[in-house]
Amino acid sequence: MDQIGFLAPRPAVLARRREIVADLLDLMPPGCLVHEERELVPFETDAFVSYRRLPLAVALPETTAEVAAVLKYCHRYGVPVVPRGAGTSLAGGAIPQEDAVVLGLSKMSRILEVDYANRTATVQAGVTNLSISDAVSADGYFYAPDPSSQLACTIGGNIGMNSGGAHCLKYGVTTNNLLGVKLVLIDGTVVELGGKALDAGGLDLLGLVCGGEGQLGVVTEATVRLIARPEGARPVLFGFDSSEDAGACVADVIGAGIIPVAIEFMDKPAIEICEAFAQAGYPMDVEALLIVEVEGSDAEMDAMLGKIIEIAGRHGVRVVKESQSATEAALIWKGRKSAFGATGRIADYICMDGTVPLGQLSHVLRGTAEIVAKYGLRVANVFHAGDGNMHPLILFNANDPEDAARAEAAGNDILKLCVDAGGCLTGEHGVGVEKRDLMRHQYAEVDLAQQMAVRAAFDPQWLLNPSKVFPLEGRPAA
Amino acid sequence: MTAVHEPLSEEAAARLVQVASLSSARFVIRGGGTRSLFSPPEGTEALSTRALAGITAYNPAEMTMTARSGTPLAEIEAALAEKRQMLAFEPTDLKALTGAEGASTIGGVFATNASGPRRFVAGAARDSLLGVRFVNGCGEIVKAGGRVMKNVTGLDLAKVLAGSHGSLALVTEVTFRVLPVPETAATVVVSGLNDAEAAAAMATAMALPVEVSGAAHLPESVRGRFAGGALPGEGAATVLRLEGLAASVAVRQEKLAAELAAFGPVSVLDAETTKALWREIRDAAPYADGTARPLWRVSVAPTMGHQLVAALRLETGVDAFYDWQGGLLWLRMEADPEAALLRRYVKALGGGHATLVRARPEVLAATPVFEPQAEAVAALSAQVKASFDPSGVFVSRMVG
Repeated sequence: MDQIGFLAPRPAVLARRREIVADLLDLMPPGCLVHEERELVPFETDAFVSYRRLPLAVALPETTAEVAAVLKYCHRYGVPVVPRGAGTSLAGGAIPQEDAVVLGLSKMSRILEVDYANRTATVQAGVTNLSISDAVSADGYFYAPDPSSQLACTIGGNIGMNSGGAHCLKYGVTTNNLLGVKLVLIDGTVVELGGKALDAGGLDLLGLVCGGEGQLGVVTEATVRLIARPEGARPVLFGFDSSEDAGACVADVIGAGIIPVAIEFMDKPAIEICEAFAQAGYPMDVEALLIVEVEGSDAEMDAMLGKIIEIAGRHGVRVVKESQSATEAALIWKGRKSAFGATGRIADYICMDGTVPLGQLSHVLRGTAEIVAKYGLRVANVFHAGDGNMHPLILFNANDPEDAARAEAAGNDILKLCVDAGGCLTGEHGVGVEKRDLMRHQYAEVDLAQQMAVRAAFDPQWLLNPSKVFPLEGRPAA
Repeated sequence: MTAVHEPLSEEAAARLVQVASLSSARFVIRGGGTRSLFSPPEGTEALSTRALAGITAYNPAEMTMTARSGTPLAEIEAALAEKRQMLAFEPTDLKALTGAEGASTIGGVFATNASGPRRFVAGAARDSLLGVRFVNGCGEIVKAGGRVMKNVTGLDLAKVLAGSHGSLALVTEVTFRVLPVPETAATVVVSGLNDAEAAAAMATAMALPVEVSGAAHLPESVRGRFAGGALPGEGAATVLRLEGLAASVAVRQEKLAAELAAFGPVSVLDAETTKALWREIRDAAPYADGTARPLWRVSVAPTMGHQLVAALRLETGVDAFYDWQGGLLWLRMEADPEAALLRRYVKALGGGHATLVRARPEVLAATPVFEPQAEAVAALSAQVKASFDPSGVFVSRMVG
């Protein structure tokens, strides 16, 4: 298996490194430019740790004007720019390169306005996902998209990757909860897209920017939708004898017109890993587990749960366990949300993110098991079943290069299986570098060319996050 | 009479466009012709999706449907109704308003992002759109997105095509998300509130954990034209819709009515009346008055809606009602559309956009029907347009 390549650094930029650093030091306030090699190390990768590149420098602006100044400079001198939130990308979306300036938004972390009458929050891009909900929770509101990394990941990164989470079955992903952004274009121009009014008066450029993986511009502020928090929420555990039974149950619940807030799936290896970490009270004698969350008043939750339990009964559910307290509910979610971290304690892993149509869940789970077995590896499955967004965690030993290569190859085979089943390469993590070279499996050349043309409309010189998303061969000349 | 092309297949459409891109032919894309905001200019030809019709896949258990863009909306809604499903965004039907004839198509619904009352909580047409096939301005057949709920693989081209009013590409097929029809629905009505009080009442309702799925304010001037004049109470009607399982709606309805009693007299409408009422709100029924008086659809922050109307009233004759918690205004002018005045106030009140959906043909032709964009955004939009349609085959008023 070949290693994933990056664009060759631009010699003209490398040759001017010293000068560029000096110029950027002039543009930025004191303490906002990192350029000493050892200080650059924390920025050399993100949560896709298999790949590392030291950037040329890291700018940590405090204002939109500083972001604009850096972009204007880089645009003028042809210096690539890699935007970065908290660096939690599982797809390598924030991994820099040797000729690039990293534009880190971590210092722009203020909540600018909370407007309950209009149910919006306007925040700087470096605000963490969870801190929005934390800021409004006492007043009975929350921000819906909840990626598992929500304690650390930033709203700017969420917008870049159009992040999802466990509760998007009901509330949608980032793009459905984003009302507006302040966006700095590569030439330093600042534009406002959207705002507190719904929908676009012209072309929906906001819809392109969300999920644009930092290739269309740099978001410095965002206006997001707040939702009144439901009266109560109750996660319930459903244990099954097989993954097939659990998968069929999910399809039937949705097919019956019941849409819970979340339906999460774990197979036995995942249950064992998460239970050992969180002591969440997961049943240990089942092959597959669903966490189904309902919300509303007690009467509403009882009514909906009654229907779900009846359907689960038809699929031979063996264990039904309702959380009896807020603490228990929190533990159930803690176990699920620490799945990746807990897996990391027992082995190295890579996490896939393909999405498949619900009817294909069982087929793809079986296929995943066969692929992983063929490469002599182990897998734990923990994912958002309600919307078909799968997360097989392929376990391997990172100290063994052959093992690592096998894991990467198995991951690629699994993603191809997802695409062939009518799904896609990535449901919420993004393409980044990780899935870039698989794009041709999902898209024809003409499809990719159209996407690249739109991308170039924003950044004709391909300076923004240039090594990502689109295969390096076959790109239009900048 | 403008020439009308009705390609029988996606391939035929692609060939037509390819030839046009190499000549000076220019197309105005046409679905059912029920949402068009202008008559095709001199020298353009109509490119119709009429023959690109039919539902190609419907999987109720996966809550997705795929249909060719020329499929009549009525056919799609009938197929969904059979499985007790629906389009969550409640597509508007503006035929009675504009006097247009013909059958609305699903392609036209997405091309205009035509979203009704549920939009402010459940998303617009663009939020339901999962994937598209389209012919770009070079005559290439392109696909984007897919048929799964969560998909971040590459740029989300479906989003920018939704609501692009035929300015970028000829969409030939759409895949969209559908939702189960709620078991039942009810509407809580608060009577006699002025516009400002209604804004406060609606904000209060939205702050409660009762999942309001429609929030509209029908001032006294229009209330008689809803529900056959049978809305309960006196004066304006502020209406809040609840949907879901019967047991749950009953609980929430009680909670909401209790909270809103502080604002004014409260009554409740049953499921059947609720259905009819929200259809009328969706289609701006009171303004289907057989006239061509200028009618605007204005989107602003919910708390700004009534302020905008109050400001306009000081300067011109205007009638209005509110949807989306006050954030969507249907605004009828007495005579002149007053585009500049209206847009100045929209801007002064925090921004938004106004679209002229009806006026006499010569007024429509002379008025910028879409909100003019800030210079940098307009420049960017023109670049995006060029990336889909470099030689400008597709003529639309949205992007020049």
